[in-house]
Amino acid sequence: MTYNLDVTKEHCPMTFVKTKIELNKLRKGDILNVKVIAGEPLENVPRSATEQGFNVLSVTETATPGIYNIEIEK
Amino acid sequence: MNFTEDQIIRYSRHILLQDVGVDGQEKISKGKVLIVGAGGLGAPVAFYLAAAGVGTIGIIDGDVVDLSNLQRQIIHFTQDVDKPKVLSAKEKISQLNPDVNVITYQTLLSSENAPEIINDYDFVVDGTDNFPVKFLINDACVIAGKPFSHGGILRFDGQTLTHVPGTACYRCLFHAPPPPNAVPTCSQAGVLGAIAGMLGTIQAAEVLKYLTGVGELLTNKLLSFNAKTMEFRTIKTKRSEKCPVCGSNPTITQLVDYAQAACEIKTKR
Repeated sequence: MTYNLDVTKEHCPMTFVKTKIELNKLRKGDILNVKVIAGEPLENVPRSATEQGFNVLSVTETATPGIYNIEIEK
Repeated sequence: MNFTEDQIIRYSRHILLQDVGVDGQEKISKGKVLIVGAGGLGAPVAFYLAAAGVGTIGIIDGDVVDLSNLQRQIIHFTQDVDKPKVLSAKEKISQLNPDVNVITYQTLLSSENAPEIINDYDFVVDGTDNFPVKFLINDACVIAGKPFSHGGILRFDGQTLTHVPGTACYRCLFHAPPPPNAVPTCSQAGVLGAIAGMLGTIQAAEVLKYLTGVGELLTNKLLSFNAKTMEFRTIKTKRSEKCPVCGSNPTITQLVDYAQAACEIKTKR
């Protein structure tokens, strides 16, 4: 299953806190697409996700400039 | 358990920890911890457990706040002098974290009330300043199969151990209380205020580790420190087969109230 989360209005570290809480609800193998803004969240969310054992599949800029999608597999 | 937006923010630094996370915070929030003594050790334990969001905190203490307590018992403020310590502590906990359910017992822990009170909790913290109650906590917890943290401070020294069923208990190391008045208490010998915080926060960390299952507890170990040299030592211990309460043939199967030193019964100042 694939799920979506928008943390573009959050600040660090709440961007990853929200991501982690969402991932916690998913099953192993599920995908979470996390929308973040450029800058700190774009650096921190993939790094923290990797550090905590999740699989970051891709980081791509969305159609909206400055907004990125991080694809994380639980 | 669904955390509210405010709780997610409040506990975010726990949730961020890989070893704690949402599941660990839920365990903390469901935890029930009894703190025996709202004094030098109980104060930091209560503050950190309340801040961490421990669901239920029980506090038992029969004393009222004395001006001489404020040098180390940081949960009590100047305006609280003469107020029952459990009420003073409850007020601060509620201000720090309204999520916490605080249950107060304005009495001394005794052989009569200990089993019933302890039964309601997952973990017991010894924050007392006298041997009779330290041994009572040990025996009551061992008999009831409850984990607990022992803590003691005097002058510049502190010591602590954690017991869970099957590991060394306080009596495995120290068979019986010293005779009344043989060992001075903090109120007689003095204590550097900050070491109450040093030891109490170690005890609080042990509680949080126990509730979340993170790391290795101070079981089968005795941690001691001296603040003058700031040296910490951890001594390995083991359960004694001959221990009178947790050994193979226990001789203590009922709780006893040991005599208190005369000066401990009077008002301390």
